Amino acid sequence: MSLTTRRSRLAASALAAITAIGGLAACGNDDEPVAGEKPGKLVLETFGEFGYEELIKQYEKDTGIKIELRKTAQLGEYRPKLVRYLATGRGAGDVVALEEGILNEFKSNPRNWADLAPLVDDHSTDYLPWKWELGKAPDGRLMGLPTDVGSLAVCYRKDLFEAAGLPTDREQVSALWPDWDSFLQTGRTYKQGSGGKAFIDSVTAVADAALFQQGADLFYDKENNIIAGTSPAVKTAWDTAVSMADISAKVATWSPEWSAGFKQGSFAATFCPSWMLGIVADNSGEENKGKWDVAAVPGGGGNWGGSWLAVPEQSAHHEEAAKLAEFLTSAASQVEAFKAKGPLPTHLEALQDEAFLSYTNEYFSDAPTGKIFGESVSKIEPIHLGPKHQAVKENAFGPALRSFENGQAGEDEAWQQFTKDAEIQGAF
Amino acid sequence: MSHSAATAPPAPTAPPAPPGGAREHRRFTLDRLDLTYSPYVYIAPFFLIFGAFGLYPMARTAWMSLHDWDMIGERTFIGLDNYTRLLSDDYFWNALVNTFGIFALSTIPQLLLALFLANLLNRTLLRAKTFFRMAIFIPNVVSVAAVAIVFGMLYQREYGLVNWLLGFVGIDQIDWDGQTWSSWTAIASMVNWRWTGYNTLILLAGMQAIPRDLYEAAEIDGAGQWRQFWRITLPLLRPTFVFVVILSTIGGMQLFTEPLLFANGSIIGGNQREFQTLAMYMYEMGLVNLNSAGYGAAVAWALFMIIGLMSLLNFVLVRRAAK
Repeated sequence: MSLTTRRSRLAASALAAITAIGGLAACGNDDEPVAGEKPGKLVLETFGEFGYEELIKQYEKDTGIKIELRKTAQLGEYRPKLVRYLATGRGAGDVVALEEGILNEFKSNPRNWADLAPLVDDHSTDYLPWKWELGKAPDGRLMGLPTDVGSLAVCYRKDLFEAAGLPTDREQVSALWPDWDSFLQTGRTYKQGSGGKAFIDSVTAVADAALFQQGADLFYDKENNIIAGTSPAVKTAWDTAVSMADISAKVATWSPEWSAGFKQGSFAATFCPSWMLGIVADNSGEENKGKWDVAAVPGGGGNWGGSWLAVPEQSAHHEEAAKLAEFLTSAASQVEAFKAKGPLPTHLEALQDEAFLSYTNEYFSDAPTGKIFGESVSKIEPIHLGPKHQAVKENAFGPALRSFENGQAGEDEAWQQFTKDAEIQGAF
Repeated sequence: MSHSAATAPPAPTAPPAPPGGAREHRRFTLDRLDLTYSPYVYIAPFFLIFGAFGLYPMARTAWMSLHDWDMIGERTFIGLDNYTRLLSDDYFWNALVNTFGIFALSTIPQLLLALFLANLLNRTLLRAKTFFRMAIFIPNVVSVAAVAIVFGMLYQREYGLVNWLLGFVGIDQIDWDGQTWSSWTAIASMVNWRWTGYNTLILLAGMQAIPRDLYEAAEIDGAGQWRQFWRITLPLLRPTFVFVVILSTIGGMQLFTEPLLFANGSIIGGNQREFQTLAMYMYEMGLVNLNSAGYGAAVAWALFMIIGLMSLLNFVLVRRAAK
């Protein structure tokens, strides 16, 4: 080997080492934005379907700021991502959506969030009062601007109802089930009429709907003590759910079988908070357009979910991000989002808006969803959800119900599984 | 250095520089420096990167595991409490049993099959050897998420291909993710599909290193294929086999993506945690729960120690068995 090649090898390896070190160092400061400068781009982070696509285009045109919309399909995947961003201090969008079930755990460390009050106009009287109050952190800062609430309804397949000999008109269908018992009876009638087909997707869907219409403390009391095992509201929802096992298709919500079930017609009805309409439509596809309709929920209204838009402290553009959140939660935007994907307005003006009230959803057989959901909003009672409500619901309540539904556990056994897991999941 | 670099390279056609003088001495010193130190420079990038992305996170995890650590809030030092809590944690033991169960169901058949396939591919008489050797590796190239999603669809209760096929032989629909044995089998099948070819190739490489004349001699002595395999291939393959077993152990203990996607992304792995692995439990405690990151770190270290022990155990067992 000649001296020349050996020496150039030495130089090359030194260069490689330097590049490696330089590469590590560079991780620290890649295009760090300068505060106060007008941002070229804002990142908006949502889960599920918020119906913001068209609104964003309009905002980009009006302001010249590019908006990157990052969507995660499920809340279950979205939340850990958000936690990671907050824990590492980087990566979060400039505006992020916070769902009611996870809002409280983020409230316990409010310093992670920018106070929106000084950044936007005073909106304190514009929204449903309880919704506005929930957006505030314990230290008084305004953590989020209200987007939607999840008023309840039932989505049902008209063609399948007809085939099973049930009425299809939405008024008549609503009249079939004033309470949960009559809902169960209707399900059994459907099962007989259709040759043994399932009526609803799962007992957990029943449980969620029944849980949120209780209007009382659910897994936590007002002092944030976990009361899952003794809460009457939880027990009522549980009992309602387990009674429905024989009319259920036993497919877990959000599973591939659940999504496929909409297309295949493996169940004839499911529970639809307003935001679920877009998901039902997307899963069922164009070919089932006009076959779905919307009826009232048994046992009266309730609030299943609903979100706020917040600005993480780590965002470099608090002011512009707050402006974007303000725009997206304005009355006009909420009406537009409702038309696009169904999230129900919380802005008082939007709820009175003629365009909202007269809106009929083409996909759902022209159901007057504006009127149906709009009327129920006023009946919504605020519920106190504890810090780890979502974890208890997803990792204790749901799995225990499913193991009963699938025959893995008897009812008592499943209840024990739930109470034990709730204590562990709910500890904070 | 810049001076010598400018003057040192001789023109290709010029005669070599006359020996002697200070210039020759300097060249000699540089030469020696190069020989002594450049190997360290060559390997430095690995150790720098390993230090930053391997060693530091490990040390940091160990530090975290001694704390009550909230991901986005307070942290307090609590010594070894997290580790004592592990010992009485049902979920931890459940995850441990699941991990070992799936590990056994995947590693043992997988390595036996790989051994069998490698032996086949090693036969001199096989046609289109290169084709088969390449083809067997293909499953490993497919992304693990894609594998898990496709297998997840195959194992669906209502519309799954596996249940459909089982229906022909009169077996009722199996709720694959609803029972322990069936979920373990389903997950193990994903692992086997993906890694058998990989292990086959490594074992094949080991077999190729065994001198041909040993087989020829055995042939002359009248030993059949089977006897040759037991007497020559297996004993001489031992170091390779130990390596493959340890690789599979590490992989098996860290199983995460397949069971997670099989559970539709639910971190608890089944309604009754039937197939939650240790890696999933670590993630649940460390990242999904906000306030138990320290405990998650303790699970991570426990996992690390279990892998170390398992590797050691396998090493000893495989060595002894092959003797």
